Amino acid sequence: MRLYDIAKIVRSKNAGPFNLTVDLIFEDAKKYETVLKAASFNPFAIAGLYGVDADDVRIYPFKRILAIKVTMPRPISSGAPGDTDVYGSQQHFPLAEMEIV
Amino acid sequence: MDNLKFLSICGMLGYGYPLESLCRGIDEKIDFIGADNGSTDPGPYYLGSGKGFVKNIQLERDLEPALVEARKNNIPLIIGSAGGSGAKAHVDNFLKILFKIAEKNNLHFKLAVIHSDIEKTTALNALAAGKISPCGHSRTLKAEDVNACTNIVAQMGTEPIIAALKNGADVVIAGRACDTAIFAALPIMRGFDPGLALHAAKIAECGAMCSVPVGANDSLIVRMEKDSFTVTPANPEKKCTPETVAAHSLYEQPNPECFFEPEGKIDMSESVFEQIDERSVKVSGTKLVPSAKETIKLEGAAFRGFRSITIAGMSDPVAMANLEVIESSVRKAVSENLKDIIASENYTLRFLKYGINGVRGIADKSLPLLTETGLLIEAIAPTQELADTVISLARSTALHQSFPGRKATAGNLAFPFSPSDFQGGEVYEFSIYHLMEVEDMAEFFPITYKEL
Repeated sequence: MRLYDIAKIVRSKNAGPFNLTVDLIFEDAKKYETVLKAASFNPFAIAGLYGVDADDVRIYPFKRILAIKVTMPRPISSGAPGDTDVYGSQQHFPLAEMEIV
Repeated sequence: MDNLKFLSICGMLGYGYPLESLCRGIDEKIDFIGADNGSTDPGPYYLGSGKGFVKNIQLERDLEPALVEARKNNIPLIIGSAGGSGAKAHVDNFLKILFKIAEKNNLHFKLAVIHSDIEKTTALNALAAGKISPCGHSRTLKAEDVNACTNIVAQMGTEPIIAALKNGADVVIAGRACDTAIFAALPIMRGFDPGLALHAAKIAECGAMCSVPVGANDSLIVRMEKDSFTVTPANPEKKCTPETVAAHSLYEQPNPECFFEPEGKIDMSESVFEQIDERSVKVSGTKLVPSAKETIKLEGAAFRGFRSITIAGMSDPVAMANLEVIESSVRKAVSENLKDIIASENYTLRFLKYGINGVRGIADKSLPLLTETGLLIEAIAPTQELADTVISLARSTALHQSFPGRKATAGNLAFPFSPSDFQGGEVYEFSIYHLMEVEDMAEFFPITYKEL
């Protein structure tokens, strides 16, 4: 199943001009755990989707509200020549398309 | 004092808020009004150019009722990152509006203006002394990055705002300020726990964003107490829940459990969120871990040229399938044609293909082509005239460019406008987003006072 179909909220935004952060919020603990424990959901796979180093991808589980935060560097800083998304608010894809297995 | 109340007008002064929300705050006998007026979100242009991303008409509309109510009730009004990016040009623009409102309403008060501009020599000296380090994945800073900046600002913490308030300021207009400094200054000055005050401020800086129905354009009332704080949306149609308030710590932050301010690390890993009435949430357990060295965040935007763009659509399937051929042919033709006017290494030409790679940057070749594709061509060159020239030639060449299998030999592009090309003005890039170690924050944020 696609991550986009499992999560209740899938959103992306800048966290400062040099970082992108993707928030995944789930309806129930089962879905939250499923994604968190899925073999396909890991820094290496995410790094590949966004063209960044796996060492720079951080996954922060935030159980209090059944959320997972994924933070990574932006390849081009916000609004610099070559950027496609100044606010970073449409960068939840390609992560949202990830198959959770 | 066992409690202190304040109102955050809205997430961004200028974006609008219901006047009733401000009045409800006043009815609650708040101790001060605060508002954030800045952000790096809209990109580097605003810091670089000295212009605001909120128009003066919006600012005046939002500032007037807040200033009038603050003076009528004799409570401080604190505005941070005035004018958008908080550089001198932004602050001066903001002050013009403030003076106009004060005169119109015959308001008299003690004004404190805190500037946050950093001289290039200050940044260069700190760099040479090894006191500047990257922040949030910015690159290692080089002297040339500093020299390319049009404006450099530092984000002030609570300290300069506290100094202004202690000197009796009724209205504080701060240049670039940490969002938290606006709201945590007075509570910390009055002796409330700094960790709780900074956490409350972090939530408050977005106005009623931490409530449902979602929306930043409304006010939030915060009540500080000895061991906790309580947030309540001013608008009775909105409510906070432990989930909405906790979720706010995800927003625009790299890490949901903590954040960093000049005062230190604010640790929320043991924060407790409790519903105490239908619309209010009480927060406790947040701790400040003071940092060993005091640092301030520097922001600088470097000039990178002038931009011109053209926008067109395409519907011919063979033309869309051959966009890469069209692009490379246009690049070659423009470079040849303009070689005596501008060398190709002195400008950049970009083809953003909406429907193919306009948003994600990288085209997924496994996806089928749509029935339409949007094409945006961008030129960046050292002058506006050269950028206009490059885009003009790129546009006419792209329109008529031939490619294998072409059937629509009259033109490849659908332009929605005449003229079809647009000037984007100066282009900037955030070249400084770094931490600078300081001995004494105060020296970087001079305060001037004025009696109105």
